[in-house]
Amino acid sequence: MSRISKEDVKRVADLSRLTFEEEEIEKFTTQLDEIIRFAEQLNEVDTTNVEPTSHVLNMKNVMREDVSEPGTPREELLKNVPDHKDGQIRVPSIIE
Amino acid sequence: MGLFDHKLKDLQELLRKKEITVSDLVDESLKRIHEVEDKVKAFITVDEENARAKAKELDAKLSTEEANNILFGMPIGIKDNIITKDVRTTCASRMLENFDPIYDATVMNKLHNAGAVMIGKLNMDEFAMGGSTETSYFHKTYNPWNLEYVPGGSSGGSAAAVAAGEVPFSLGSDTGGSIRQPAGYCGVVGMKPTYGRVSRYGLVAFASSLDQIGPITRNVEDNAYILQTIAGVDPNDATSADVPVPNYVEQLTGDVKGLKIAVPKEYLGEGVHESVRNAVLEALKVLEGLGATWEEVSLPNSKYGVSAYYILSSSEASANLARFDGIRYGYRAKDAKNLMELYKKSRSEGFGDEVKRRIMIGTFALSSGYYDAYYKKAQQIRTLIKQDFEKVFENYDVVIGPTNPTTAFKIGEKIDDPVTMYVNDLLTIPVNLAGLPGISVPCGFNNGLPIGLQIIGKHFDEGTVYRVAHAFEQATDFHKQKPQL
Repeated sequence: MSRISKEDVKRVADLSRLTFEEEEIEKFTTQLDEIIRFAEQLNEVDTTNVEPTSHVLNMKNVMREDVSEPGTPREELLKNVPDHKDGQIRVPSIIE
Repeated sequence: MGLFDHKLKDLQELLRKKEITVSDLVDESLKRIHEVEDKVKAFITVDEENARAKAKELDAKLSTEEANNILFGMPIGIKDNIITKDVRTTCASRMLENFDPIYDATVMNKLHNAGAVMIGKLNMDEFAMGGSTETSYFHKTYNPWNLEYVPGGSSGGSAAAVAAGEVPFSLGSDTGGSIRQPAGYCGVVGMKPTYGRVSRYGLVAFASSLDQIGPITRNVEDNAYILQTIAGVDPNDATSADVPVPNYVEQLTGDVKGLKIAVPKEYLGEGVHESVRNAVLEALKVLEGLGATWEEVSLPNSKYGVSAYYILSSSEASANLARFDGIRYGYRAKDAKNLMELYKKSRSEGFGDEVKRRIMIGTFALSSGYYDAYYKKAQQIRTLIKQDFEKVFENYDVVIGPTNPTTAFKIGEKIDDPVTMYVNDLLTIPVNLAGLPGISVPCGFNNGLPIGLQIIGKHFDEGTVYRVAHAFEQATDFHKQKPQL
């Protein structure tokens, strides 16, 4: 039985801010299904009362003094911006 | 004998006696690149101009105190996901094809302060996602031992460049085996330090709870010197650990008498090629001969490592790569009508298939209704894998097994089958999930392709890992063999 449908793939693609051609959707549906099927072997393991690990070292919040420092100059920040004008980043219209 | 057949310490000695100059070292590297790069294709960017200029600048300082640093004047190659100021850093992706960083990664600052000379940026799987360096947007890299085979990945360029003698040292990054696996395939020494040992500031993030930078070198001692230089806590990386960095080289005593080695039966079982199993058993005999003892143990949950890893690393990647939106840096698609279309077109045109696949897996695993079943479950398995190692380390000093289940595979062999490619990492992934240090050192050959021995240590016990790796290396000749190119 297929775990992932074409509709699932389209929904996840939308959440991922990706678009695919119809034939790519077919390919990704098959591949994601295989990967998820493979991942489901984890269900064999009883994890009742097992704490999840998000980070391997026993670290708490790392604090530092709040000291102000000069920021990065605007020219440098704009260096890799694909489209900018008058020191501002330019994007397509946001409101229809 | 070429210059780079000397170990780091001897090169430094030659410099100090003024028998060679920094320019000689840089020339040697560039000469070798010109000779073999057409075949190996380890680099994305060779920074010849800056390297030569830096060499001249350092040669003028040869009589100063600065020149006493062990890395002074030493050429090094850097994986192209480590940020280098004013030198294009691409992550082997169209997304960052023209990205010129405005700052240096912490490891780069440390290398510059030590006087190292950056030769260029090394090829990799796109955004470090892959095990063969075939997913690079620019070109494939070829295994110097046999050009029909992959060098491994994702740090394939870093391993191939050292194996081919283009640079004597390089840095890679390891999220699920990306330093150790290519080091194993290319017959060089690759160390993934404890999570938190080396600052990740300026390493383009793939999976933040797993990524670590580490050195790839021709021998263990050189490796220890480089880790010594790049390790330590960093205020710019809150996950870097405030644990003192010991003197690693001092610990290379050659003495492993009384050392207790654990050999997980899962690491010599199904899927591990006979030639690899035999090479590891031979290596254990060598260590026994030096006074160590070994016993079989079990890491029962390690077989779930690959599944847990692909859920966790892809989930983290889907969040980390959300920053590539075509706005502030990176590839921007033309002719987008609105902001949403700009995001979608830029990402779809800028990322390659493997990166998209991982983003999709991660987004799926984190999406509403699936989080507990996949992401949380995988985090719980991670706990069990970590506990397996903790139990073993109550009674043993190191864990030893193969780095990879087989030697390098042929180019094109696995690229269309993601699951087969993923399973190939089964022996390296548990080490990342548990955050432990692990090294790969050469321990044999099969059909002319190198086999890697993996030595895994306790958290922050790189010293013992290096000591064992060094003792083994000194007792064998595998690291002295070089590919014919």
